[in-house]
Amino acid sequence: MKKVKKYNNITGRRDFLRKSLISGCVLAGGAIGLEKVFSGENDSGEKVKVLTPDGKVFVANSDHLKEFRPPPVTNEEARKGIPNRKFVMVFDLSKCDGCKTCTAACQEMHFTESDREWIKVFKMKDATTTAPYYFPKPCFHCDNPPCTKVCPVNATYKRQDGIVLIDNERCIGCRCCMAACPYSTRFFNWSHPDPRQVAATANIPYSPEQSLPRRMGTVEKCDFCPDMLREGNMPACASTCPMNAIYFGDQNEDAVTNASGVTVRLSQLLEDNAGYRHLEELGTEPRVYYLSPKNRKYPVPDMESPVKKQGKAMPMEMDMGNMKM
Amino acid sequence: MVNETLNLPAGQAGLKNGIEILREDCLRPLQKWGRSTLIWIGFLLLVIGWGLYCYIHQLRNGLGVTAMRDYVSWGLYISTFVFFIGISHSGTLVSAILRISKQEWRRPITRSAELLTFVSLLFGGILPIIDLGRPDRLANIVIFGRVQSPLVWDVISICTYLVGSTTFLFLPMIPDMALCRDRLTVCDSRFKKFRKWLYTKMALGWKGTKSQWHTLELTMTTMTIVIIPVAVSVHTVVSYIFAMTLRPGWDSTVFGPYFVTGALYSGSAGVILGMAAFRKLYHLEKYITLKHFDLMGRIQLALTLIYAYLNLNEYWIPAYKMATAEGRLLTDLFYGSYSKAFWTCQFGTVMLPIIFLAIPKLRKPLMISITCIIIVAGAWVKRYLIVVPTLLHPFMPIQEVPESWSSYFPNYVEFSVTAACLAGIFLIITLFSKLFPMIAVWEVEDGLKIDYDKQAAIYLRTKREEEEAKILEDRLKTGSETIQQPA
Repeated sequence: MKKVKKYNNITGRRDFLRKSLISGCVLAGGAIGLEKVFSGENDSGEKVKVLTPDGKVFVANSDHLKEFRPPPVTNEEARKGIPNRKFVMVFDLSKCDGCKTCTAACQEMHFTESDREWIKVFKMKDATTTAPYYFPKPCFHCDNPPCTKVCPVNATYKRQDGIVLIDNERCIGCRCCMAACPYSTRFFNWSHPDPRQVAATANIPYSPEQSLPRRMGTVEKCDFCPDMLREGNMPACASTCPMNAIYFGDQNEDAVTNASGVTVRLSQLLEDNAGYRHLEELGTEPRVYYLSPKNRKYPVPDMESPVKKQGKAMPMEMDMGNMKM
Repeated sequence: MVNETLNLPAGQAGLKNGIEILREDCLRPLQKWGRSTLIWIGFLLLVIGWGLYCYIHQLRNGLGVTAMRDYVSWGLYISTFVFFIGISHSGTLVSAILRISKQEWRRPITRSAELLTFVSLLFGGILPIIDLGRPDRLANIVIFGRVQSPLVWDVISICTYLVGSTTFLFLPMIPDMALCRDRLTVCDSRFKKFRKWLYTKMALGWKGTKSQWHTLELTMTTMTIVIIPVAVSVHTVVSYIFAMTLRPGWDSTVFGPYFVTGALYSGSAGVILGMAAFRKLYHLEKYITLKHFDLMGRIQLALTLIYAYLNLNEYWIPAYKMATAEGRLLTDLFYGSYSKAFWTCQFGTVMLPIIFLAIPKLRKPLMISITCIIIVAGAWVKRYLIVVPTLLHPFMPIQEVPESWSSYFPNYVEFSVTAACLAGIFLIITLFSKLFPMIAVWEVEDGLKIDYDKQAAIYLRTKREEEEAKILEDRLKTGSETIQQPA
């Protein structure tokens, strides 16, 4: 279910994404094939036009077509990570207006229940005299992760590209990592997943990079959408933020990009805006940075009322180009 | 017990008589299973059955059937796990420490203490497995085990301690098993054939030869020395599960000793309760005497004082500073939703017992039992207060989650499963006490012999002194005569 990836394909713009161009084409071909199959799925024997991975169009009987699934990366590859990358995320708090579009896109992408927010938007007020602000929080993918240290079975691990993942086929559900995470980032699958969700995710081949289908009794959390990264796309949250408050990129390249495709130097961005990391004193070395909510572009949040709820995720077909502010 | 007149052959007879009475007294509870015992066992089985049903319900539908949610991801199960592991320190304390310091009075209470260790450790070890989301993948701990994880330290040290304490329980049982093998099979008791087989197997061919005694003494001494550091390590690494995190309330350097003293404090209270129960139920008043309660009361007092001191360190130091996140937790504990339970624990189950235990008149079986029930219950609640409030005060604020996630109280599933574990502990203790003597017969015999030897020695010495005095007197008399003669 690679629907969300159509949100923002920035393949051409970015060098590291260009490398995966070929695989991206294959996947695009696959996706089109898939749509054709869906369009005629009740009409057995109907002739449909199909685009092959090498760019040829031909007509085929829909009965003979099978849904295309890209093969998942192997468990070993999922443990190593994408070579020569150091993924990093930056939140510009002066732009975040708490709309929770990122949360909704994340929930759509990962088929999560509405009460489970891998990226959560907090309303923060550090002291009675300081101004409140919105504070979106994904997993910080710490460089000194307290969670992976305590895992007894190496089910959660740190990759060389900076991402912390969970192998839900190995997790024993002891919840040590949840106790160890100081940011309350991890979620436990307390019960059987929703049947609709099971149906929607049943055909997804398992890989720790997708952690789908989810399994009862295991832990899950924000994963920076590594399957999207492999295809040269940004994580769902970063590519949908209507305020362009989320930057995502590679620390090795010193470049981060936001939803509207603006790429800036990471070091410059942090320098100009007094970038910081949340709870730096804990020494966990987060890979997520924040820019202070200075000169904000939205009214100060009302601490009494709950954060605005974006009931549904944005429609799949929505063109991100039209969303620019 | 020693014959008053003590011309030696008659004294020997007196000792033999004393040993005979002891053996009779200790083996009597094994011979009859009263109706009350059967009702008690039936009740325990009922509790275990219901708990098992709830656990199967939990297995099928996930841990979501408990009251735990993403914020409070550890609840009653883990609190009880810590509590049971704490109780399991009892055996080491009484048996090993008193054995190594040659406290003769320990002899009649070692068996029950060692049993309590074994059983509470067994169920303490089961509880984290009950708490697992995927118990079917338990083998992953062996297959993919990471030695960096505090949970793996726990598995290693609890398994070591379980093996050690089982050995420690079993070794001194061997001569008693031989006794049971030789005696009980002739009398009328339930499961006669099974018992004969069991005692014969467990006696390991014990004949009481000199070399066998020597081997037993040697292994017992070795085990005594080995088991103490293992026991200390167990509760230390249990505390490390919490202390190795950054969470306010757990991120504490005093957690290791705090948990170990907490364990000894609750464990020795458990031993006193066991003493009181078996004394009453099996009429062992002759062997478990008021002196035992007085001495155990003193030990309990010392341990409670140390525990109170560590409590002071654990709460007063951060409370003085009131750092942001820790301050929020402490405010909740001191004045907030947990304040009643917290202060009841601090004053009701630590300070009050100190007063009770310090008064010699109150170190009598009934009063000390009440004190120990307060202590054990308090230790359990305290474990809960260590685990749960910290989870409810994370660094990030708890916002926009269903109401039920931001508070926690165990529901019927957790209570039922935990009650089943407690019932399991009682069931094993009951069955054990109906199959094996609850007093280490040979150890008490040894004590009697030592007592006898001492008294005999005293008697001989006074006798010799009397004779010497007589001789001296005679000599003096004759001496005075000899002095008088030349004059």
